[in-house]
Amino acid sequence: MKPARIVITGVGLTAPNGNSLPEFRQNLLNGIAGIERIEVRYMGQQLAGVCHYDALKYQKKKEIRVGTRAGSISIYCAREALADSGVQFEGMAKDRIGIYIGCTEHGNVETENEIYGISKFGYDTKFWSHYHNPRTVANNPAGEASLNLGITGPAYTIGAACAAGNLGLIHATQMLRLGEVDFAICGGVSESIHTFGIFAGFKSQNALATHEDPKKASRPFDKARNGIVISEGGCLYTLERLVDAQARGAKIYAEIAGYHVNSDASDYVLPNPQRQSECIRAAIGRAGLQPRDIHIVNTHATATPLGDIQECEAIRAVFGEGCPETSINNTKSYIGHAMGAAGALELAGNLPSFDDLTVHPSINVDDLDPQCALPGLVLNQPRKVAKVDTILNNSFGMLGINSTLIVKRFLP
Amino acid sequence: MTKDECKKVVLDIIADIAPDEDLSNVKPDVRLRDQLQLDSMDFLDIVMELRKRHGIEVPEADYMQLASLDSSAEYLTPKFNALAAKR
Repeated sequence: MKPARIVITGVGLTAPNGNSLPEFRQNLLNGIAGIERIEVRYMGQQLAGVCHYDALKYQKKKEIRVGTRAGSISIYCAREALADSGVQFEGMAKDRIGIYIGCTEHGNVETENEIYGISKFGYDTKFWSHYHNPRTVANNPAGEASLNLGITGPAYTIGAACAAGNLGLIHATQMLRLGEVDFAICGGVSESIHTFGIFAGFKSQNALATHEDPKKASRPFDKARNGIVISEGGCLYTLERLVDAQARGAKIYAEIAGYHVNSDASDYVLPNPQRQSECIRAAIGRAGLQPRDIHIVNTHATATPLGDIQECEAIRAVFGEGCPETSINNTKSYIGHAMGAAGALELAGNLPSFDDLTVHPSINVDDLDPQCALPGLVLNQPRKVAKVDTILNNSFGMLGINSTLIVKRFLP
Repeated sequence: MTKDECKKVVLDIIADIAPDEDLSNVKPDVRLRDQLQLDSMDFLDIVMELRKRHGIEVPEADYMQLASLDSSAEYLTPKFNALAAKR
């Protein structure tokens, strides 16, 4: 039996350069990045992608005070996605809705805050917040969304390092096909800029970007790239079985065409291009496609000197020179690395290409690294193309988790 | 500290932990939970803030003393004054 066809019917997002898909897309086409300097505890000024959504649009002040930033981002994105989907939410069976949210990490922000807090009281743990546990449980972002929306179906997070955004969509697809739920809210979120630990960790790895102009700091594929810009963000989708979406006359952004997830099993942090190419090939195969059928490849490239080269090696191995209709781009050059949200946000930024037949470029490439000079790379200016029927989205993460998700133009 | 000043201290804490609430007409003799959206975690917040801001300890057995502004003032004012006398 063929698996049920699954379609994307709504998108809600907040990125450092936009709080809706139209705004985000326009900035991607106009080359507008969203990186700024923020004060990081113990570390002073650091570059970061900060989201400026209106949290009070969907939350009370008390919810924001009690909850987490990741929870707030989840609520904003979930509510925006539901509104965009046009679904009659009030009449839905809330126990048949699933919330599946990818996270790179969760809890570090709150634990750091508490330790800092008790440091002001001689490290006496009686000053430790009673909110620490509900704020730091790994399901927190999804749980806060379920509380806010009154959704009583399964709501949990998927820990998959920086591949997590894709994993949210992939897991939702699987749950819809299994009949576990009838409607899914899925994708990824990140609150990472609120923990100093991630900045300090990347700095200790010599993988934290620096640049005098914040908006030029994230520069995948450029010779002068010097690391990651850490960002917060979120992007959640509504996914439905095609028959359900059609029955309610839903707008359909795209259909899930194929996916694959694998593991390097080779290093804690260093990517493995062999496993990455295996992941990409497997996803293309599961979609019933050939590499030449892929029209946009959105790279994971984070602007680390080695990581970009290794992903380009993996892409070159799959697409080679024989895919003249394949365009390749990168979104982190605008928004930095939104960690658990990255895959979901980066896919969203490309979805409008089905309609406008335009590929947004990677920006900040003043001097292309020859080792990253892939055929089809779209640099600095948007490119009009004849056809966009498929988008392939790579997201890779630490401990060697690789994910590739392919969506295709919806054709009845 | 007077009992009225003590009520103001408690209200200032509640203003921070329940920022959506209108506190202009809180009745001092009515249970706080009966007139404001406060749950058990919020009462733990009141206890925590009394500890952090004022060095006042409220043992678990005495939590019920914080039920209303009047009972809070009755219970807390001597504690504040005892603490002030030590300083």
